[in-house]
This record gives sequence, C-alpha cells and structure tokens, in this order.
Amino acid sequence: MNTPDSPSTQRQFNTKLGLILFFVYLSLYAGFVLINAFAANVMETIVLAGLNLAIVYGFGLIFFALLLALLYGLLCKPEPSDDLPSTEAAATEGDSK
Amino acid sequence: MIYDPSLLAIFVFLGFVVGTVGLSFYLGRKAKSSEGYFAAHGQIPWAVNGVAFAGDYLSAASFLGICGMIAAYGYDGFLYSIGFLAGWIVALFVIAEPMKRLGKFTFADALDAKFNSRGIKGAAGISTLVVSVFYLIPQMVGAGSLIQPLLGLPHWVGVVMVGVVVIMIVVTAGMVSTTWVQFLKGSLLVVFSTVLVVMLLQKGLTTDTSSFQTIGPLSPEQLTQSTIDGREVIPATDGWQGTPEQGQQFIRLVPKEGAGYEVFHIDDVPGSDEKLLRQAQAVTGSGTAKMIDGAPNGRGEGERELQPIGHLSKLPDGQTSTGPLGPIQFFTTIGDSEVILWRSATITHPEGPKTTVYYQKPTAGKRVLRPGEHPKFAGIRSGSFRDSLNFLSLMLALFCGTASLPHILIRYYTVKDGTAARKSTIVGIATIGFFYVLTLYLGLGAMTSGALDLTDSNMSAPLLANSIEPWLFAVISAIAFTTVLGTVSGLILASSGAVAHDLLTGVFGLKLSGTSQVKVAKTAAIVVGGIAIILGILFKELNVGYLVGWAFSVAASANLPALIMLLFWKRTTKQGIIASILVGMISSLGWILLSEDTYKAVYGLDPHDALAPFSQPGIVTIPLAFITLIVVSLMSGNRKQEAATEAQASS
Repeated sequence: MNTPDSPSTQRQFNTKLGLILFFVYLSLYAGFVLINAFAANVMETIVLAGLNLAIVYGFGLIFFALLLALLYGLLCKPEPSDDLPSTEAAATEGDSK
Repeated sequence: MIYDPSLLAIFVFLGFVVGTVGLSFYLGRKAKSSEGYFAAHGQIPWAVNGVAFAGDYLSAASFLGICGMIAAYGYDGFLYSIGFLAGWIVALFVIAEPMKRLGKFTFADALDAKFNSRGIKGAAGISTLVVSVFYLIPQMVGAGSLIQPLLGLPHWVGVVMVGVVVIMIVVTAGMVSTTWVQFLKGSLLVVFSTVLVVMLLQKGLTTDTSSFQTIGPLSPEQLTQSTIDGREVIPATDGWQGTPEQGQQFIRLVPKEGAGYEVFHIDDVPGSDEKLLRQAQAVTGSGTAKMIDGAPNGRGEGERELQPIGHLSKLPDGQTSTGPLGPIQFFTTIGDSEVILWRSATITHPEGPKTTVYYQKPTAGKRVLRPGEHPKFAGIRSGSFRDSLNFLSLMLALFCGTASLPHILIRYYTVKDGTAARKSTIVGIATIGFFYVLTLYLGLGAMTSGALDLTDSNMSAPLLANSIEPWLFAVISAIAFTTVLGTVSGLILASSGAVAHDLLTGVFGLKLSGTSQVKVAKTAAIVVGGIAIILGILFKELNVGYLVGWAFSVAASANLPALIMLLFWKRTTKQGIIASILVGMISSLGWILLSEDTYKAVYGLDPHDALAPFSQPGIVTIPLAFITLIVVSLMSGNRKQEAATEAQASS
C-alpha cells in the first residue's frame, strides 16, 4: 500500500489534478466550438469594451489556458521518483494504476 | 505579383541561414552517441526546452498560414490559433509527464514501455513517418512561398533550398542543435512579431480609394453601350458572357494606355437597378505563359502585373486615417469600417487555359471579426448540419492533434525528468499563447496593409512587415524561413528516429550500436528530406494552415487514442494498441484522400464526386480508433485469459 508521501501518491495527486483541470478547459473549449458550430450568430454579440463574443471568448481561451497551466505548475507535488531510470519508472507507473 | 529582391533582405536572410547552420555544426560536434543525437542526453534546461517547444510548434502553418487566412477571410483563421493552443492543454495535463517517464527516444518507446512488442514499435514507427511527412508538406510549401519575394527565385528553388539546408542541419547535428535552433527561432519569432504589432498599432489604419478604379453607378442601358467611361467595351465572348445561371459577371474595357484590358466586376447597388463597376484583376495560364489582364506578366512595355491588394474603403465617421490605435481600439475601429476583401471567379474559354478573375468584395468590418466568412467555414452560418460537423471535426482534430505530433512528443526526452517536462510545457504554452494573440493583429493588419499578394495568402505576414518597414520585412522573412528550417529539422529528426530506432532496431531486430543507429538515422533523414522536397513542390497551391489541419487529423486519429488508453485503461493490450494506430491512421488518411478538397485541389476532379461526406475526418476517425482499441483489447484480453484458464485446467 502507498504511504502518504510515496511517489505513487504524489503522482496520483498530480494525475488527478491534471485531469480535473483538463476537464475544466475542455468544457470551456467545447462551449466555444459548439456555439460556433450551431449558433454562429451569437458570436457577433458585443459583450465587452465594444468587442464581440468571438474575440473575447477566443482571447479568453488563450489566457485561460495559460492561467490553468500556471495553476497546475504551482499545485503539482514534486515526484522524487523522477530520477529513476525509465524502465523502473515505467514499472512504477504500471503498478500505480 | 512581381517582387523586387532587396539587397538588405538577401543580406539579413543569408546571415540567418549561415548563423543557423553554423550553430548546428558547432553544437553537432558533441552528438555522436544515440542518446545525444535523439535526445540531447536529456540535458536541455526546461526553460530553453519550453521556448524550443514554441520553435517547433510555431511552424509555417502558424506564422504564414494563419496570418494569411486571417488576412484573406478575417476571424476564421484565428479559430486555428485557438485550436492549436488548446491542444497544449491535452499535452500538459494528460500526456507530458507519462511520456517522459515511459519513453527514451521516440513516441513508440512510450507506447511500448509495458509490452515490448515489435508490432507496437512497427505501427508507431510507421505512424510517426506518415504524420511527419504530412506535416512536412505545408512547411515546404511555406518555404517556397517565402523565397519568391525574398530572393526573386521560383517557388521550387525555395523548397529545394530549405530541404538541402535542413538535411545538412539534421545530418550534422541532431537534437542538441535542433533544440538550440528552435529556441533561437522561437524567441526571435515572438519578439519580432511583437515589434511588428506595436509598429502596426502605432501606424493605425487608413483608407485607400484610389488604387483600384470604380465606375458608376450606371443604368442598365449604359451597361449595354459600346463605350463606358469614355473607353471601348470589349465584346463579352470567349466565356466572358458568363453562364446561363449566373449571367455576365465582368466587363472588359480597352485601357487608356498599355496592352491587354481592364476588367471590372459588375456590382449591384443596393435598393436600385443600377450597377457599379469595380476594377478586378485577371490571371490566365501559369508559369512563363502567365497573362495578367490579357497581357504577358511583366513590367516591360506591353506587359502588365498584378497589383498588391488589401485595404479599407471606409473608416468610422468619414475619417481617412486614424493615427495610433490601442490594442482594443484596433478591433473596434475595424468593426466599424468597411474592408475590401477579394474573391475569385473562373472564366472557362472554349480553347486555352482558364482565366481566374479576382474581384473586390466590400465587406462590413464586423463581418471579418466573426466566424463564417471563409468558404470552408461558411456552412456554420447557413445551418448546414454537414458543414457544422466538418467544423466540429476540425476543432476536435486540432485539440487532440498537438499531443500526438511526433516531433513535439520527442521533445519530452530532451529534459531530465517529468517535472522538467511539465515546466517546459508551461513555458511553451505561455510563449505559444502570446504569439497566437498576435496572429489576429498580424492577420487583420495585413488585410488592411495594401501590400498583399492576390495569388499567395501565405505571404501576408512578411508583406505586412514590408508595408511598414523594409528592414522588418527582411528580418521577418528570415525568421519565417528559420521557422520552416526549425520545424522541418524537428520533423525529419522524428522520422529518422522512427526508421533507425523503431523500425530497423525494434521491428527487424537489427543489432545496431549507438553510432550505427545514428548513421542509419542520418541516411533516413536524407531520404525523408528528399520526399519532403518533392511533395512541397507538388502541393504548392494550398494554404499551409489548411494542410496542417489534415496532419493534425492523422496524428490525432493514429496516436492519441493509443496513448490515452495505455495511460488510463488497465485492460489495454498490445493488439489493441496496434489495431488502434493502424485503423486511426488508415481511416483518417483514406478519408482525406477521398474528400472534396483533395478531389478539387490535388486530383483536379469534380468535388461533388468525392466519397467522404465532409473534409475533416477527426470526428469519425478519432472515436473509431478508440472503439477499435477497446474492442480488440477486450477480445485479445479474453483470449489470453481463456488460454490461461485452459492451461491451468490441463495441468
């Protein structure tokens, strides 16, 4: 069983965090794509500082990607097992799943 | 358009190329082992690797293709920027760290870490080769486009030049030099694009109503007379009379001076039966036999040349010039202006080559700031479900494709561990995201620069620079060329790694020492480089951004399902992975080869005969690869279990 500080626990935390952030971004991206595909006229709506939704949402997706990436970088736990040779690390990976 | 090669441009360009190749030679001395050649000994600092990610990723498609598409159609090109960046989220949150942990040199290593199967190495190696070659085509097309205005040489010379220089870089050096070239190129691209955007905003926007003639409004009777505006009308015969469905679209007049004719598009005047004649430009034939407006292409007596395009016909409140603009004001001003876009029509003559007539299409500024102006995206406004699916399919492929591109994946092996892989991806996202914000400014700036080439949208960003400062054109073109060099080196390196490491050593079991592997990889690099040169010449006419969309579809269908399922589904088997890669690759490739766009642009056939229901395969082929993996894994897993049970029973 994994101890609280074991590499697998840290790796599991990072993997879970990555997946949560991935799904947050995916839902925003899917929203953008679906509006474009099925209600493209909505993208013409002026929403902020005279800019339409297409520009605000598009730029927003780029800035939000950076924001989530930085958040992920800050919250990820260090994994000491990174220094293991790749085959050993692969085995650990296999076991942890 | 006829370009004047400038000495400054040639000097700066050669300086960049010599510098890049020199750096490669210098750094390449250290890369004798396979660890050094394929993975730079895993010793590249994460920050440098992050910017090198940007160098690898911001290819000709991003810089030339996206800017060109925005310049020609507006916001639609920016959809690629958004999709390309979103793909990095998959790379960072799902793929980066496991890739680093599981692999050594190539993407196949990671897929094969659990199984040690020749089949997986073979399938992944072939898929790496196919995706890399597909991705190479737009880079080479972009290189050819750049060389034309820069050095005044034909397109094919540019393709051959980039091919030869890149082969030299890859053969002499490997991953260390490629990484530093990418780092340098990524930094320069972002810095000088920022300089260009700042200068563009400082310059502001101006109207231009004098470059092309407008005649009228004219009554229907005036249109049928033998002279218009004091000039003789050339009879509408030989295809110029139009088709029965569309009627006559153009009128040709004898020019006041010079040879050939002046051609005008007949435009409706809203709310009346009068017509406006707006000057158009006609191109007949190609190569040395090319005719412009009915006269040979050239600047001599009796010759005509295509005029540069791209301007605003109206600014808000009747202004003719805005002066410096802020970053938000730039968009709001364009939104309240009228832009002249250019569209084309084909005149088919009973004999001889067809004529393409490019004509002005005045467009409200707010229309170029919304999606749906590009013919390929127009369907999302018409409510056509098929076109909406095509759009969804492209956006899905862009999202899934980044994390499946072999030349991006191998960059995870140049840093020391998973944490460095994560950090370098974050730096990559910051650099690439910032650049993509700039693409909308660059594209719209080019759209209104008055400097665009009608026949080559890929040149928009460098020509925008030329309209602001000639020295900036030299620098931007040189960086763009280095951009191509860098991306092509990465792709060729990924392909040669696939041949030497995955196929020859992994599949055919050749016992190659590290040094021999490097030798084989270098030979493979020469072969792949040669193929890329040929394809770059063949696909000259296509927008590089659109071509890259296809490469993403193939990568996402062939590679991503296998990678994701290997990481997150315990029951994945080697048979499942092999089947998924092969089905994803073959189905997406087959779909593209049978699509409307390929029928039209590559085979020259009627696009309506195409067998694929829409152009972008991702929405069908990515799920298909996932399903294949699940079904085959369940079947082969069960068989394994049954065999184990039988063996137990018999013992």
